[in-house]
Amino acid sequence: MELALQVQDLTVRYGGFTALDHIRLELEQHTTLGLVGESGSGKSTLARVIAGLIAPDEGQILLGSEELRKKRSKEQHKQIQMIFQNPDASLNPRHTVRQILAEALLFHRIVDRSQVGRRSTELLDRVQLEARSLDKYPHEFSGGQRQRIAIARALSVEPSLLIADEPTSALDVSVQRSVLELFHTLRTELHLTMLFISHDLGVIHAVSDTVAVMRQGKLVEVNTKDEFFIRPKHEYSRELLSAVPKMPR
Amino acid sequence: MNTTTHLDPSLPESGKTLSTLRQIGKTPSLLIGIIMFAILILLALFIPYLSPYQPSEQNLSAFLQPPSSAHWLGTDQLGRDLFTRLLYAARTDLTIMILAEIIPFCTGVMLGMISGYYGKWTDRIISLITDTFIAFPFYLIVIIVAFASGAGERGIYITFILVGWIVFARVVRGLSASFRKQEWIASAQTLGLPGIRIILRHLLPNVLPQAVVVLMTDMIGLLVAIVTLGYLGIGIAPPTPDWGTMISDGQPFITTAWWLSAVPGFAVVYTGIALSLLGDGLADIWRKK
Repeated sequence: MELALQVQDLTVRYGGFTALDHIRLELEQHTTLGLVGESGSGKSTLARVIAGLIAPDEGQILLGSEELRKKRSKEQHKQIQMIFQNPDASLNPRHTVRQILAEALLFHRIVDRSQVGRRSTELLDRVQLEARSLDKYPHEFSGGQRQRIAIARALSVEPSLLIADEPTSALDVSVQRSVLELFHTLRTELHLTMLFISHDLGVIHAVSDTVAVMRQGKLVEVNTKDEFFIRPKHEYSRELLSAVPKMPR
Repeated sequence: MNTTTHLDPSLPESGKTLSTLRQIGKTPSLLIGIIMFAILILLALFIPYLSPYQPSEQNLSAFLQPPSSAHWLGTDQLGRDLFTRLLYAARTDLTIMILAEIIPFCTGVMLGMISGYYGKWTDRIISLITDTFIAFPFYLIVIIVAFASGAGERGIYITFILVGWIVFARVVRGLSASFRKQEWIASAQTLGLPGIRIILRHLLPNVLPQAVVVLMTDMIGLLVAIVTLGYLGIGIAPPTPDWGTMISDGQPFITTAWWLSAVPGFAVVYTGIALSLLGDGLADIWRKK
């Protein structure tokens, strides 16, 4: 299998605090890596470094065979898109959905100006939103709908890697489920390569092929999903799994 | 066209203007502010057609007259019609007030966004300049500039270009710095949009409402400054009508013809109230959004 992403010895320090400590990670094409860990373990920092929002202090990121440096090209920016945790803050409050999608489509020349409307409708359809949502502002939508718009925006530029940073954590359980189902559909239909971050093992189980566990800035285990949930290698992984509340049978 | 489409709030243009008008109607302070300011502007615009007198037309046989049907607000010591002069002065003062704000508003908002968005050394340099200018009292700078460039409008424009941007820069910087941490900015960065585009297309529409509210308040301060300078004799030079010189001209007659100074003073207060109602109303509307 070809590798979509390789992270080598990635280190990020904030003053004396080491947020990421020599992270090594590989992500195969068309697979989803679920990244788990408690708050403050460095999951989001890792996502932001890969997305190019934070510059690492040490280490390398390879997208395919290309090294991503601190200054990325427009094309490299396009290749990695991210969906954020907070649906209230991830869309510009003063842009309509049409403006949000059109900006991405036109900036990366995905389609001609004349095709923007049609493509935007298609994108909304992909994330199961109606075309009449196009001229609405973010505040007119629910959290789950806003997250769908964010997904549509990320998909609009046809990235080779999609990072989802706790995309369902801020949503109600029922909404969470429908957004997860959407991720599942997109994954199978579009053969996406995804880095999916969550502290919720149930969510990780639903979306991942591979699971990676982070703790205090270090990667403690990388395993296939089935192996991880049946026979976790690391002591901390076992702790995480045993901490999941079980429904009474 | 189908009439029901007009009622759909998701439709742009027609529906949008309608809801904006409805919002203005629901915000009394904004409505009163708009009406008060509009009355003033309309009177100032149409005064040549409303009054048979010229602003500097002297009539020494009819000086210091109390209000009458011929002279609604009476005449001054040179027999000039006070009502006419008052509104010609409104033209002078309001024009300067608005023109002098344009450049400072644009530079202040721009510098504030740059400072708040980029942070780090960019922010440090801009903040250093801001703090330096704040250290000098406004009137000190105005008086120095007035002496250097000669009294009159020019001094006001120059001074305001020098220091007027600071208030906008400070407010917008704070806003931009807080927006910068929001995820919609991060999404724009992930798309690879250049900084300047993020600033103009993403930050600007978000900081503009607050900046406009500050603009309204700042205009009141500027108007008071223009009038004060006129009063001190280093502002608008006579015979151009201006509220400040009118107040100072009327001062010797304050016991006998108090309205000579009181009326232009009231005009300043009136304009101030109109602008602050406007500002408050706009803030109310934007806060709800």
